[in-house]
Amino acid sequence: MEHSVSIEYARCRGCTTCMKSCPTQAIRVRRGKAAILQERCVDCGECIRSCPHKAIKAVSDSLCRLKDFKYTVALPDPALYGQFQHLDGTARVLEGLLRLGFDAVFETAKASELLSDQARKHPRDTASSARPVISSACPAVLRLIRMRFPQLLDHITATITPVELAAILARQKAVQDTGFPPEDIGVFAIVPCSAQVTAAHTPDDLQQPVLDGAFSIRELYVKLLTPMQQIETPLPLSTAGRGGVRWAFCGGEASARAPGERFLAVDGMDSVIRILGAIEDDRVPDVDFVELCACTQGCVGGCLTVEDPFVSTMRLRHLMREMPDSRSDFDAEVSDPSIIQADKELEFAPVFLLDKDRTVAMEKMAAIHELERKLPGLLCGSCGAPSCHAFAEDVVLGRAECSDCIFQVRARMREMTGDGDEYLPTPFRKRRKEEPAEHT
Amino acid sequence: MEPVKLVYPVEGGDLIEAGEASSKMKLTLKKLGLPPDVIRRASICMYEGEINMVIHADGGRAEVDVGMEEITIRMIDQGPGIPDVNKAMEEGYSTAGDMARDLGFGAGMGLPNMKRYSDEMEIETAVGSGTTVTIKIKI
Repeated sequence: MEHSVSIEYARCRGCTTCMKSCPTQAIRVRRGKAAILQERCVDCGECIRSCPHKAIKAVSDSLCRLKDFKYTVALPDPALYGQFQHLDGTARVLEGLLRLGFDAVFETAKASELLSDQARKHPRDTASSARPVISSACPAVLRLIRMRFPQLLDHITATITPVELAAILARQKAVQDTGFPPEDIGVFAIVPCSAQVTAAHTPDDLQQPVLDGAFSIRELYVKLLTPMQQIETPLPLSTAGRGGVRWAFCGGEASARAPGERFLAVDGMDSVIRILGAIEDDRVPDVDFVELCACTQGCVGGCLTVEDPFVSTMRLRHLMREMPDSRSDFDAEVSDPSIIQADKELEFAPVFLLDKDRTVAMEKMAAIHELERKLPGLLCGSCGAPSCHAFAEDVVLGRAECSDCIFQVRARMREMTGDGDEYLPTPFRKRRKEEPAEHT
Repeated sequence: MEPVKLVYPVEGGDLIEAGEASSKMKLTLKKLGLPPDVIRRASICMYEGEINMVIHADGGRAEVDVGMEEITIRMIDQGPGIPDVNKAMEEGYSTAGDMARDLGFGAGMGLPNMKRYSDEMEIETAVGSGTTVTIKIKI
């Protein structure tokens, strides 16, 4: 699986900040630089946000890719609308995209709204086999569930994501409008986060990608400013109402569903992990629908956006006041309802499993605990692992050497020199009785 | 083969943080590749035990032995003990205080749930010196 999150080695100083912020413990420091354990990465972008040296980036597609196609369609995420100050409506953004060189636009919010309409009218068709229903909209959360909460896989809606539906519908429309074969049409999403870039190329829920690529909101934002200002009266290009646009922030998808449904809307990876653990143990009774967003405030908080997520949400709510509740009718607009069904089953990705053979896994676990007891428990990160436990695991799994722990090495020095705790770095030496307590 | 031994301290007086031990244990059991149903039952029992220790005994500790055939969880506290075990096992009976009830605990389902989700359960208790609840879950 290819990931969009990548490290720029020239900037990385191996400071361990990202390693400690990673919610799936997917980062190690090796040879003075951060390194990603690819199979554990969910592309949530936490490391991008935490890096003090701006050395971690989400690599999205280059705009040059537009030249590879005879006709191109832009699929803007509704989070894009929240980036601009004093915006008079979404139409200006959409026309701005046309002026940038796209031949057509298809709002991702339109597809969101169609999915909401379908969920409201035919709750059975879009529901999962187990309760509560968990949204499939956030690709980082999907990957997290595949790795860490496999018991919850059958709670996830079997529908594709809004941007995937938008891509399918946009391509169909472009084929109709132009008469070109589908492969001559380039369908590109404009996305708020690294997980959506990865999902555009390697979707979890589809056999074949339906997008030709993904550009970041951040890159297009700057390019859009001038053309958007030059528009006097924008063409009436807006096709989505409130029901679609509100998917940009956490709670939007849930509140566009059937009234009367009890829903949970949770944002931020730590909170998402906590709530998934509670759902797994049946500790969240009476909930029908669960919307989970890896980023704070939802997609507006994505690592490829420009504006503060809270400010974006405020702007979107303001824009929504001028919009109709919904502009979409699934039954009338989607001729083949089966296109919203995922064609790939979400599979358990056992990346945390110590060994397939349980006897071996238990031996390894025992060895990990034994080693962990000898480690200082400082979570200093000097060994290149995010915690002493993760380090012990790395050693037992052959990803690190015991001597990578500076305290282990220094303890061995003490055996040779025999001097008290002088082998430790000064801050970690025990206070002697006669010394007064220090205040810093 | 020797069972894998896990020990988790449970802090007293902190209902908000309760559940930490069970979620840590759960991750460990997942790393060992135990069947999902076993993990779920162990986690539910441990969570109920944790809540009990926080509400009634100002914390304690949980010792978990993971063997090839079964998981044994011992929830050990030095709390006030349970004067009437039969009564404590009744569904809906609780001596939890107002604070715990305000937070939605104290429904009197703790021990009954532990019994329901485990294969064996044993309570050793002495008024004034503490309680040890031992449960076993077959793998």
